[in-house]
Amino acid sequence: MNPDSYLYLSAILFSLGALGVLIRRDAIVVFMCIELMLNAANLAFVTFSRMHGRLDGQIFAFFTMVVAAAEVVVGLAIIITVFRTRRSASVDDANLLKY
Amino acid sequence: MPSILAASTAAASNTAPFTAPHVEWGKLSPMLIVLGAATMGVLVEAFAPRAARYRLQVGLTLLALAAAFAAVIALHDTPTSVAAAGAVAVDKTTLFFQGTILAISFIAVLVIAERRTEGGQDAFAAQGGSVPGSQQEREAVRAGWLTTEVYPLVLFSIGGMLLFPAANDLLTMFVALEVLSLPLYLVCGLARHRRLLSQEAALKYFLLGAFSSAFFLYGAALLYGYAGSVQLSNSDPHNPGIAQAVAAHAHGPALLYTGIALLGMGLLFKVGAAPFHMWTPDVYEGAPTPITGFMSAATKIAAFGALVRVLDVGLAGSVDVWRPVIEIVAILTMVVGGILALTQRNVKRMLAYSAILNAGYIIMALVSTGHDALASLLFFLPTYGIALVGSFAVVTLVRDAGGVEATDLSRWAGLGKSAPIPATLMSIFLLAFAGIPFTSIFVGKFAVFQAALAAGAPQLVIVAVLASAVAAFFYLRVIVVMFFSDPMPDGPTIANPSIAVKTALAVSALVTVAMGVAPAALLHLSNAAAVLAR
Repeated sequence: MNPDSYLYLSAILFSLGALGVLIRRDAIVVFMCIELMLNAANLAFVTFSRMHGRLDGQIFAFFTMVVAAAEVVVGLAIIITVFRTRRSASVDDANLLKY
Repeated sequence: MPSILAASTAAASNTAPFTAPHVEWGKLSPMLIVLGAATMGVLVEAFAPRAARYRLQVGLTLLALAAAFAAVIALHDTPTSVAAAGAVAVDKTTLFFQGTILAISFIAVLVIAERRTEGGQDAFAAQGGSVPGSQQEREAVRAGWLTTEVYPLVLFSIGGMLLFPAANDLLTMFVALEVLSLPLYLVCGLARHRRLLSQEAALKYFLLGAFSSAFFLYGAALLYGYAGSVQLSNSDPHNPGIAQAVAAHAHGPALLYTGIALLGMGLLFKVGAAPFHMWTPDVYEGAPTPITGFMSAATKIAAFGALVRVLDVGLAGSVDVWRPVIEIVAILTMVVGGILALTQRNVKRMLAYSAILNAGYIIMALVSTGHDALASLLFFLPTYGIALVGSFAVVTLVRDAGGVEATDLSRWAGLGKSAPIPATLMSIFLLAFAGIPFTSIFVGKFAVFQAALAAGAPQLVIVAVLASAVAAFFYLRVIVVMFFSDPMPDGPTIANPSIAVKTALAVSALVTVAMGVAPAALLHLSNAAAVLAR
């Protein structure tokens, strides 16, 4: 199968993720969209790795997974702390800091 | 059973034997010391009794920073080389960045560790996980708990900052980016007072930071697709890096251009350049002030180090493509920072917009990949960073009733009469930011403007001079409020800090003035340090 298709899929996933970050209001959903962007990058890495016949891209994908896991630990801790304080995880409600 | 064994040995003999890469531990020692101390800090947190933790953590942190700085000094005349199988570039520029980050972090940790201004407590929430205003929080405060986790978190962050400007491949750079960012997201949300603001700052910083690192990652993927390598530069002809692929025009330019754009977005977010600056004022205002001082200075230095390495080493061959974009970003950053700072009534927020403005000046030095531009950037960063740490340290001293920092500018009225020493120190830092002669940043600005002129970008210099004129207005306004208006009857009190914070303030002010009066030593050092491993 033509590896280009995976690149198009990866670009679509990345764009969907970026769009989701910009239009969704729930911090958890925004965060899921960011994870979608990271996974889109992983798909691109693995595809390019296959196209170039080199392993660097696959190794990069593994590191991305580890980093994404660490990011989940930190991110969920922050989101849950904010939720316990405000009883809301909406990014629109976090509006004390402005201008 | 025997057949399976035979098959597996045959498979093993087909693959090349695995040879462990040679790791130059000595050249990596600054990062290893800091990250090792951070790991020990986690153990201290787990096993040391609560009463002993504060002393142990602060001692460990300061010792590690001093030891890592000594390691940088010991490495100062190592020849330019790449270590850890090409992942880390150890050159003069790396060492200059690492030394600067360590020195500024040391001063910042002195301010972070301050307990006297709060009556035996530090600037961090007694228990980060407790809900603000809850019974649990009151009990934690009454028990006098301290969040000593801050120190290992700060050390991990510094470890990432040391690696960020040294990374010679995009994988190392991405990991360093996350190692420096993740602990900062957490400590931003740990302020003792105004906890809602602090948590909101952490949420915004985290979501936008993760968003920008996703762009960085996708940019790295596209550059990998273009070059077939994630290394920025590799002189081995069998194993070319991104720089070599750019020089040889490996593939169509679409992957390269999109890759540069996405990677650049990730890095420009970290330096707080417009139009990716939106997080800066909110995070600087909400975060605990000592942390704001630390991250505004150290993160910016590390991120500019990474930006220099990506642009000057990896993408130097396509300078014609990214230079116009960098010029537009520089102009936009200076205009946005200068104009929005005018409207601020909060000192921390004003300093945040001033940080955006100064990021614009520094970006001017990126338009050229030449030696002089890099040298001017290397001079500007430490002088600016140390003044920034000092100015935020002054902000921690001005307190309203209840120990909350008085950050509203109107509360600072008459501070020059009621507290002449902090007001004078703040004036020194503000005059330096304004670029008044005989201060360090004047020399830095001069060097950067000169480099931009030499690179053929006079339009940048014109915008920068106009922005400086606007900036002088809002910096001087603070000084006028402090010295030429009467103190309020219920004005803020000035905390009497410990000897550590006094030292930090004195050193920052002294360096700011000394580097303006006699800049030759640092100019010489930054000139000699502007050597990149290509």
